[in-house]
Amino acid sequence: MRWPSSRVSTSSLANWTGRITLAQTLCFSREAMKQYKWFLTRYPTRRAALLPTLRLAEQQFGELGVAEMRYVADLMKIPPAAVFGVVTFYTHYRRAGTGKFHLQVCSTLSCALRGSEDVVTRISERLGIGPGETSECGLFSLSKVECLGSCDTAPMLQCNDDYHEGLTLEDVDQLIEQLRAEASEGGNG
Amino acid sequence: MRFKKICTQHIGKKNCHTLAFYKKQGGYKQAASALKKWDPDDLIEEVKASNLRGRGGAGFPTGVKWAFVPKDSKKPKYLVVNADESEPGTFKDRLIMEKNPHILLEGIIICCKAVAIEHAYIYIRGEFVFATERLQQAIDEAYKAGILGNNCLRSGIKIDVTIHRGAGAYICGEETGMLTSLEGYRGEPKLKPPFPAVEGVFGCPTVVNNVETLANLPFILEVGAKAYRSIGPEKSPGPKLFCVSGHVEKPGTFELPMGIPLRTLIDKHAGGVWKGRKLKAVIPGGTSAHVLTAAECDVAMDIESLAAAGTMLGSAGIIVMDDSTCMVDALLNVMRFYHHESCGQCTPCREGTGWLEKIVQRIAHGEGRMEDLDLVHDVCDRMLGKTICALADAAAFPAQSIVTKFSDDFVAAIENGGSPAWKRRHLSTVGGGASHG
Repeated sequence: MRWPSSRVSTSSLANWTGRITLAQTLCFSREAMKQYKWFLTRYPTRRAALLPTLRLAEQQFGELGVAEMRYVADLMKIPPAAVFGVVTFYTHYRRAGTGKFHLQVCSTLSCALRGSEDVVTRISERLGIGPGETSECGLFSLSKVECLGSCDTAPMLQCNDDYHEGLTLEDVDQLIEQLRAEASEGGNG
Repeated sequence: MRFKKICTQHIGKKNCHTLAFYKKQGGYKQAASALKKWDPDDLIEEVKASNLRGRGGAGFPTGVKWAFVPKDSKKPKYLVVNADESEPGTFKDRLIMEKNPHILLEGIIICCKAVAIEHAYIYIRGEFVFATERLQQAIDEAYKAGILGNNCLRSGIKIDVTIHRGAGAYICGEETGMLTSLEGYRGEPKLKPPFPAVEGVFGCPTVVNNVETLANLPFILEVGAKAYRSIGPEKSPGPKLFCVSGHVEKPGTFELPMGIPLRTLIDKHAGGVWKGRKLKAVIPGGTSAHVLTAAECDVAMDIESLAAAGTMLGSAGIIVMDDSTCMVDALLNVMRFYHHESCGQCTPCREGTGWLEKIVQRIAHGEGRMEDLDLVHDVCDRMLGKTICALADAAAFPAQSIVTKFSDDFVAAIENGGSPAWKRRHLSTVGGGASHG
């Protein structure tokens, strides 16, 4: 089976991702490649390793834009459109253009009953962005997400990998300050 | 026999998630006996006799499910552990995986022996990063100690366990959706039959069990099926993790015998309705269950009693709402969830969940009409039982029961220009805009 080579223009999709990088410039590190090969040994089909490999690409490249998806498609010999279809089906992959800190506020019933809307409003006020937006400095993205399975500590949010639970509005302020400090300490990295 | 906590008795103790701690409590003894002493058929019979019912939501008898797997199949068989806990109001499996991961691994070994499975996948939701780390540590420990691998506990039996991370899709908690996702595709459910037991992941016979279900297995072997069955009601026995959230003083996970009265759970264990307020409504089994009014809450928390009360135990995610809650807003929240999470394969679900959200939203936002209440029921009738999986039903159940049981809230919102919360927000936004202007 053949699929279009990486050189085919992706400009129409580039608008969707807000970023143009050629897939050819991307490459897994030796360590990541080893990890990928290990994934292949854990499943009877190569296709089954797609979700873990996308996670690996997310980790390696920081996000999953068109170029990253194309790289995974080429690596795994899966049609790019199929990879695109999979990535866009799921909500938890880090899409291109997401801020350094992705604040995902759980907004489903148990959290909503205990004030998740106030948490969203507070973050919006502090950062000047609404749900679905990224701050101009590129540091913060805000999303309202569905149940994160931590209803006993509502309201709560997930920032990148970490859960922040039982939030008061003061906790929200503190978290934002802490993340800002972390970002300025870490420099551009 | 007397009730005993099996998943949560050591939670809070130092290093309770480690192999050393687990072994000190007698861990992996039952796995060893299953691997070395038990005949697979006897194991299945024992689990059948215990009447262990699936803890993920459907409550299917676990032993019966195992017996569906064809014994003469030449294909490899798989176990897929459902750790994609995403039913709103449910947070019990995360607790097991973070605090007591080895009990899950021991359950996996017992199941693998019973059904002659060599490879188990744990499908864990992508958001559970910490639980994934803990579970991976536990698996690494188990491999290193020879508990998993090519020669499990020196029995000559091979069992591999692989964690497979999801990526944020409620539908992947549905078993066929989960298998499709595990195969590397969009997590769209498949028609049954063929059932996973006959043709599941990679076209091979597959057992799909919930985390908590598997965590019950070591205890069943320890005390025997008869003793296990004597805990709680005989038709759905055993210790059970109940998750209580919403408007209570002390939300949390409580391990109690099946059949505990709902009132006791809320008032005694969860500290009662918060702020001294009165109870208005309870969702007893995750948002997919029919709602109960305060007057209907004198019910036992087990599969049969809740079914008789017209609702379901589901995943035992209990969401409590106090008398300040506007049920229009609550339903809008739930409908937004199902609309967002519908995979879009079946028209009744894809369109129906969207319509339900739209209708409830316009009622909440002061644009509702009295006919909308009938329209909700009409849309629900066109969804129920007409789709590949149960997501459409899961959306229709709360819509039907909340609109029927709390029609006063809906009529008030239609007559008074929207739900109280929406009016408050809307007015304050208008006022805010004016003062800045």
